[in-house]
Amino acid sequence: MSVLVDSDTRVVVQGITGHQGTVHTVQMKLFGTQVVAGVTPGKGGAQVEGVPVFNSVAEAVARTGANVSVIFVPAPFARDAFIEATDAGIHLAVIVTEHIPFHDMLTMYQYGRLRGTRIIGPNCPGIGAPGKAKVGIIPNVVFRPGRVGVISRSGTLTYEIVNGIKEVGLGQSTCIGLGGDPVVGTSFVDALPWFEQDSETDLVVLVGEIGGTAEEEAAEYIHQHLTKPVVAYIAGRSAPEGKRMGHAGAIIARGRGTAASKRSALQQAGATVADFPYDVPALVAQRLREAGRR
Amino acid sequence: MVKLAEWRGKEVFRRYGIPIPTGRVIRSAAEAAEVVRSGAVPLPVVVKAQVLAGGRGKGGAVRFATTVEELQSVVLAMLGMDFKGETVKELLLEPKVAVGRELYLSIALDRSARVPLLIASGTGGVEIESLSDDQLVRVPVHPFVGLAAYEKLRVAEAFSLAPPASKELGGLLDSLWRAFQGEDAELVEINPLAVVEGHLVALDAKVIIEDDAGFRHPQYAEIRDDRTPLEEIAREKEIAFVQLDGDIGVIANGAGLTMATLDVLAQFGGRPGVFLDLGGTDDPNKVTEAFLLMAKARPSVVFLNIFGGVTRCDTVAKGLVAAMTQVPDSDRFPLVARIRGNNEDLGRQILESAGITALSDLQASAQAVVEAEKLRKGSGGSP
Repeated sequence: MSVLVDSDTRVVVQGITGHQGTVHTVQMKLFGTQVVAGVTPGKGGAQVEGVPVFNSVAEAVARTGANVSVIFVPAPFARDAFIEATDAGIHLAVIVTEHIPFHDMLTMYQYGRLRGTRIIGPNCPGIGAPGKAKVGIIPNVVFRPGRVGVISRSGTLTYEIVNGIKEVGLGQSTCIGLGGDPVVGTSFVDALPWFEQDSETDLVVLVGEIGGTAEEEAAEYIHQHLTKPVVAYIAGRSAPEGKRMGHAGAIIARGRGTAASKRSALQQAGATVADFPYDVPALVAQRLREAGRR
Repeated sequence: MVKLAEWRGKEVFRRYGIPIPTGRVIRSAAEAAEVVRSGAVPLPVVVKAQVLAGGRGKGGAVRFATTVEELQSVVLAMLGMDFKGETVKELLLEPKVAVGRELYLSIALDRSARVPLLIASGTGGVEIESLSDDQLVRVPVHPFVGLAAYEKLRVAEAFSLAPPASKELGGLLDSLWRAFQGEDAELVEINPLAVVEGHLVALDAKVIIEDDAGFRHPQYAEIRDDRTPLEEIAREKEIAFVQLDGDIGVIANGAGLTMATLDVLAQFGGRPGVFLDLGGTDDPNKVTEAFLLMAKARPSVVFLNIFGGVTRCDTVAKGLVAAMTQVPDSDRFPLVARIRGNNEDLGRQILESAGITALSDLQASAQAVVEAEKLRKGSGGSP
């Protein structure tokens, strides 16, 4: 068992004929993912890297049995692409697209909740379970099968840390990049129980950022419910108040959402908090040894 | 985000049917006199500096005038004044009214709950942060539904208004909600919402529009907010660019990695001055533009930290080498490059053949950056 995706995952790529859609279709296939369909309205009948393209998600689902969507369509059209996937019976949508207005995302989140479709993202690197499936854009080279679960609000910082775990000879069960936008479909608190229940995960790495209170809520959840060890890193310790640090969500407003408050909440919940990203792998190895898992 | 000046916020309110005072924006004393003489705004007037910072009342950015002469001297005193780092260029003239009660009303995003949150208080006209929880009513607003009658009733109870204001409240709440959604706002705030001669009037307006919805609202694109000129160029080129207080320039890809890079530099005593996030790109030209932009910020040393995913290491290397040939000699800076990830080896080859050393260890490269900065400052080189 892995988290959210496995070898039965059948992926439809929405926006497959765009540049990013095509590039990552190739990479997902190289990873071993079953990419069964692509959708670009008006381009039905075409093939992209051997993947059949359909005009609608409903058609792609009917013809190929696709059950997970990855969305690359440009921000102005992302909401409707997601609604279409949901209406076609897709139960998991990984939204890579960045700059989706948060009002659109509110609509998508609430619609997905009503219709039973889980969103990862937007503006996220997606999910990777080494040896099973990758849905999204995390570079294939960082993965190695193993028993460390990773949940992150970042993109490249996730790659950095996942790669570090590989380089100390460990590997990952499932890695999920949640995205750093103000409204995300899946938060740390949503994802933590999946890893707690996952029989292939021994330890969870949580990569957070300044802004919002998602890490504080995660700490509360870890304190109450998690039996597995947690190693955390929070980016943005040196960020000044009031400056938006790249991600729309990464801003310290009125003293709230600081790295200090997140780090202390996680420490109090029993997590080991790394000072720097390159300290994470050693701390992971240490916690696994303490737990008798290595 | 685009923070709207009060008068623009009030213009939004007017379009959505929220009552506002009859006001005029003026940019000179002569204009002010004309507005009053023509009767467009009757005396006595309140003169409000159109700046984005708060605390205008206490800070002398809101004044009153009862005669045309007084108005002209107030306007002359206020135009051009500095208010918390902003220069006052526009003033809003409104009739001075007898304010009965002052209330508070806002809608913003509740990120945790993933719904908009309406906040109301019977105690308005003060900073919302100064109010205690029991003075606030919080109503989560479902985006598909808007405000239901029972939710409006909760606000009405907090306000305990008399007619006609009590009759106006429901419509005003609907209007505020429609403005929040319709304008893709991050915040719509009325503070104070006043009772004037028995009626509700929005005496102030704070409206913040989200950047990402710009494709639906081209009219906000021209409104400058608090970006520096270089930040503005970066925005046009879709490069995340933030100016900080130090001298070290940081170019990374991805917000999280960029922040982590700043943290590591700070650890070794480095003070980042410019933060440039390439984001995901596979266009070497964008990398070149980013470097040229960085050169304009005159950093003491530049730290390039890339983990190649969507952005491949060789793409960055090509863009960087092209940029180095275009940077004028006067703007040259020492560079420390650290690249990992997709096409790392290829990227390293390209850099090395152009005479640039590429490291792979983050900690060691951050130390090298701080050393390079010390060296440059120690040698008296221009920052």
